Amino acid sequence: MIKLVGVEKTLGGQPVLRGVDLDIPAGKLTTIIGGSGGGKSVLLKHVIGLMQPDRGEVWVDGIEISRLKGRALNDVRKKFAMLFQGAALFDSLTVFENVAFPLREKLRLAETEVARRVEEKLEQVGLSGMGHKFPAELSGGMKKRVGLARALVMEPEIILFDEPTTGLDPLMANTIHDLIVGMHRTFGFTAVMVSHEIPEIFLISDWVAMLKDGKIAAMAPSADFQKTTDPAIREFISVGSMASLKS
Amino acid sequence: MLIGLIARIGHGTLFVVQEMGRMLIFLVATFAWLFRPPFRPFQILKQLHFIGFKSTFVVVLTAAFTGMVLGLQGYYTLRKFGSEAVLGSVVALSLIRELGPVLASLMVTARAGSAMTAEIGIMRITEQIDALDTMAVNSLQYLISPKLVAGLIGVPLLVAIADVVGIYGGYLIGVNLLGGNSGSYWSSIESAVEWKDVYGGILKSISFGLIVSWVCCYKGYNTRLSAEGLGAATTEAVVLSSVLILVWDYFLTSVLL
Repeated sequence: MIKLVGVEKTLGGQPVLRGVDLDIPAGKLTTIIGGSGGGKSVLLKHVIGLMQPDRGEVWVDGIEISRLKGRALNDVRKKFAMLFQGAALFDSLTVFENVAFPLREKLRLAETEVARRVEEKLEQVGLSGMGHKFPAELSGGMKKRVGLARALVMEPEIILFDEPTTGLDPLMANTIHDLIVGMHRTFGFTAVMVSHEIPEIFLISDWVAMLKDGKIAAMAPSADFQKTTDPAIREFISVGSMASLKS
Repeated sequence: MLIGLIARIGHGTLFVVQEMGRMLIFLVATFAWLFRPPFRPFQILKQLHFIGFKSTFVVVLTAAFTGMVLGLQGYYTLRKFGSEAVLGSVVALSLIRELGPVLASLMVTARAGSAMTAEIGIMRITEQIDALDTMAVNSLQYLISPKLVAGLIGVPLLVAIADVVGIYGGYLIGVNLLGGNSGSYWSSIESAVEWKDVYGGILKSISFGLIVSWVCCYKGYNTRLSAEGLGAATTEAVVLSSVLILVWDYFLTSVLL
């Protein structure tokens, strides 16, 4: 479904991606781990066409999207939704209007149907009755949940999660993880998540890939990934697990 | 040392040329998206309210005092030559040809232009623009095109208001305060102001409206992803818009005269 072939990207004279080859299985939750500033978010932005590679190809459902522009790119993006690191809610709109935004922009629905779908999604993320609030009035965790509701409301085929639990306390991080897993099981979308949350991601992911030195150093089903013998990956996992225990 | 200096000049020149190219592409792309559905009349009205209506007070204030100063200076200068009767035409022509469009546009740059850059810049930093694009909503079409149209419509309307207010400001001082002749004031305007003066003023205000919204939106859209970058973008937007307005005013005047 999603395939990256030899993707290279240099930003500000610094090579970030140095030939990423990645095959993301359809209908599964794949998590990409790696060091901070290692290019995970950049990789995610290539998948949805927010960035174009200097070299290489990005394939989505048999279409090479890295050179697409305008309407052709928008057609591919209709399959996607993305939950951003900071939720990226429109701060001039209320929670309700934020979740309703893609519905109003992309589907010609009656307002009663828009309201029904928005309320349904807000209820699923535990924010029923909060539609009138503005993003500035919400906590970090609530913003992420609104972002999740907005991502889900169009029932996309693919959802990208850019560090969905960064900056949240462990309880809220667990809540967000549970929501993502629950929604993934219910709707069966293809999920690609960038995360630092080790070891939690091994419990929720179907597949795990590690980005190291601008390349995919390893990719395996979650259970197998933890058994890796590669010393660099083992160190990353054990340090991540210890940091999680300390917090 | 000499080679280093030449290299720096070369780098600087290349940067300016590249930036000009990027700005032009941004403008063309924004215009192109303007003519594609979905059309957004409500967004245009909202921006027209922000750029136009909300700038009215500051533009009226500026125009009133400019007209009053023109009335005051004009009256005492013209009296030396016994020409107080033409005060109305001096005030009106100064405002319609030059001061109305330039001062109103500079005030719009300071009030609405800087706010546009900051608003779009914050949307860029907090990934709201990326969010629009991921939802298959073109950010140029949704965010920038309405602002460009609002600038093109709003600034000429504000300039028209500024011209009228400024002429009345000159009347207040020249006639009501200093005792000039009311009939001479209005008749000198009627005989001196021609269609080409009004046409020139409209042309200037349309092009200034485009400059303000184009430059301010571009700087916000391409802001560096930091608080410092946003501050720099806002400053650059105001300075560049103001300088371009003054430079473009000179070129247009030299062509229109």
